Amino acid sequence: MTKLKPLLLIALILLLLLIPALGGKYILYMAIHILILSVFALGFNLLLGYTGLLSFGQAGFFAVGAYASAKILLVIPSLLLGVIGGAIAGGIAALILGYLCVRHTRIYFSMLTLSFGMMIYSLAWKWRDVTGGDDGLVGIPRAPFDIPWILSVNMTPMENYYYFVLVISLLSIFFLYRLVNSPFGLTLKGIRDSENRVAYAGISIRTYRLLSFTIAGLYAGLAGSFLPPLESTVTPPIAHWTHSAEPVMVTLLGGIHTFSGPIVGSILFYIIKDIIVRYTQYWLILFGSIVILLVLVFRGGVVIFFTERIWPMLSRRSPPP
Amino acid sequence: MLEKLVFQGLIGLSFSMYLWLLAAGLTLVFGVLGVLNFAHGSFFMLGAYAAFTFYEKLGINFFLSILLSLVSVGIIGVIFERLFLRKIYNLDLPYQLILTFGFILIFDDLVKMIWGGVAMIPPMPSFLEGNLSILGRPYPFYNLFIIIAGLAVAFLLWITLEKTWWGRMIRASASDREMAGAIGVNIPFLFTTVFVFSAMLAALGGALGTPVRVVAPGIGTAMIIQAFVITVIGGLGNLKGAFVGALIVGILTSFGILLFPVFELFIIFVVMTIVLLIKPEGLFGK
Repeated sequence: MTKLKPLLLIALILLLLLIPALGGKYILYMAIHILILSVFALGFNLLLGYTGLLSFGQAGFFAVGAYASAKILLVIPSLLLGVIGGAIAGGIAALILGYLCVRHTRIYFSMLTLSFGMMIYSLAWKWRDVTGGDDGLVGIPRAPFDIPWILSVNMTPMENYYYFVLVISLLSIFFLYRLVNSPFGLTLKGIRDSENRVAYAGISIRTYRLLSFTIAGLYAGLAGSFLPPLESTVTPPIAHWTHSAEPVMVTLLGGIHTFSGPIVGSILFYIIKDIIVRYTQYWLILFGSIVILLVLVFRGGVVIFFTERIWPMLSRRSPPP
Repeated sequence: MLEKLVFQGLIGLSFSMYLWLLAAGLTLVFGVLGVLNFAHGSFFMLGAYAAFTFYEKLGINFFLSILLSLVSVGIIGVIFERLFLRKIYNLDLPYQLILTFGFILIFDDLVKMIWGGVAMIPPMPSFLEGNLSILGRPYPFYNLFIIIAGLAVAFLLWITLEKTWWGRMIRASASDREMAGAIGVNIPFLFTTVFVFSAMLAALGGALGTPVRVVAPGIGTAMIIQAFVITVIGGLGNLKGAFVGALIVGILTSFGILLFPVFELFIIFVVMTIVLLIKPEGLFGK
């Protein structure tokens, strides 16, 4: 398995690069949504899987990123600026609110994040002058990718926008991968597994939790900032707590104790949705049942199920030396 | 102005009673079973739909409709607890929340499938129609009826928990599940009864609301978050806290609509956050 990993990764990236050539507009649209959810859920899992904190308010930071990027794009038509601005806005919001949230752990942490997420939702909904209220912000341009005097790429074709989202997502995923495998990531895992020991080692637990929270907010903001140029609108429901449940679901679906879990979960989420919607508009009944089955039967998530049960079965003929 | 505030407070008081009926069950289930049940709001919604069907579609007497709605939701509650909830008592919080969230998705879509996605309001039963005159303003008689019903439930709940055998068993297993089991309390059976009872309280809230509040697929998810706020303010697992929390949230919402229409929802979460930061165990927590 370990020898195969780089090969699989290269094959996967090639496939991702070839998607515009293989599929139509709809596939591209879906792929962008999968990338958005993957980045969102990966950031969330830095908190849940690596730091042991369940946030139920990530949609708030997602919305901060989305609204910030929309506001920027409405004034300055530069895609890169919108996305960077969105990510930073999400990160700053998380830094400020996180300072209060990380005072607690377990259920109280979850309730605090839920509360802050819903505050952001009610602001998005009611603060009409800034957010447009329930109409949201409309007519957001998919501005060109513009670096002055160097290059300017038109983003109107869906393929171009897909490549833009893909490159930034892959970079951020790579960065997060390096991060969780660095001493910083190890410290987070240490805090998750045994808070007291890490504290005895002279490490400030709160600071690390706050950093983890801020990075998760940054990723939520980044994911959110991809949305307005795609849909050309932002509306309050993206900040609602039911949207916060999405990264929780896909992360549990893929598995919280593997790095790739949230990505696999996001892909499955959209594939399952797409298949069921072809047969019935009531797709949530089936999706809800899958979620329940997941909790009751495949608790480790799909990735662990594959690597620990299916893979050994397939490779049984060549036992490891 | 003062008159206006008092009157608005009375309107809020009747809204508090729906919240109380919902939050009472939520906090009871958390206190005794140790599960934070996201799907609790769905029982509120199912209660409303069931009562609507019996009363409006089948033309059954109003009170009998409510009773039948409680029985229907009670049956769903038994199945829910026995088949699913029982399996997750010992799991981590994320799994508990996501399993119960899965049920929200299922119940919401089932309701849409059976009753359609439109909001409905059945007519008020004629004997509960009419207005009282309070401070020179018309106050709906139905609101008074709701306040009395809510207070009656609070009183009965208190008597049940303090004075009956079942109540003593509940309190015993809430404070020490293993010890209660060791001295012969049938814990699995007790849990089922507590869960069903809580689901029926939520259904009662939903059913009582049908003539004045909309019956629509989203009411469960809208209510459950307010119930979360209430249980956090009052202290998770604390019934007295849930009652006071419901009063705070209901009346604040009602004042909020009048005074800060833009930030009415915001204020509730500010209160919840302040409680969590200063006294996370809630106003009535130990």
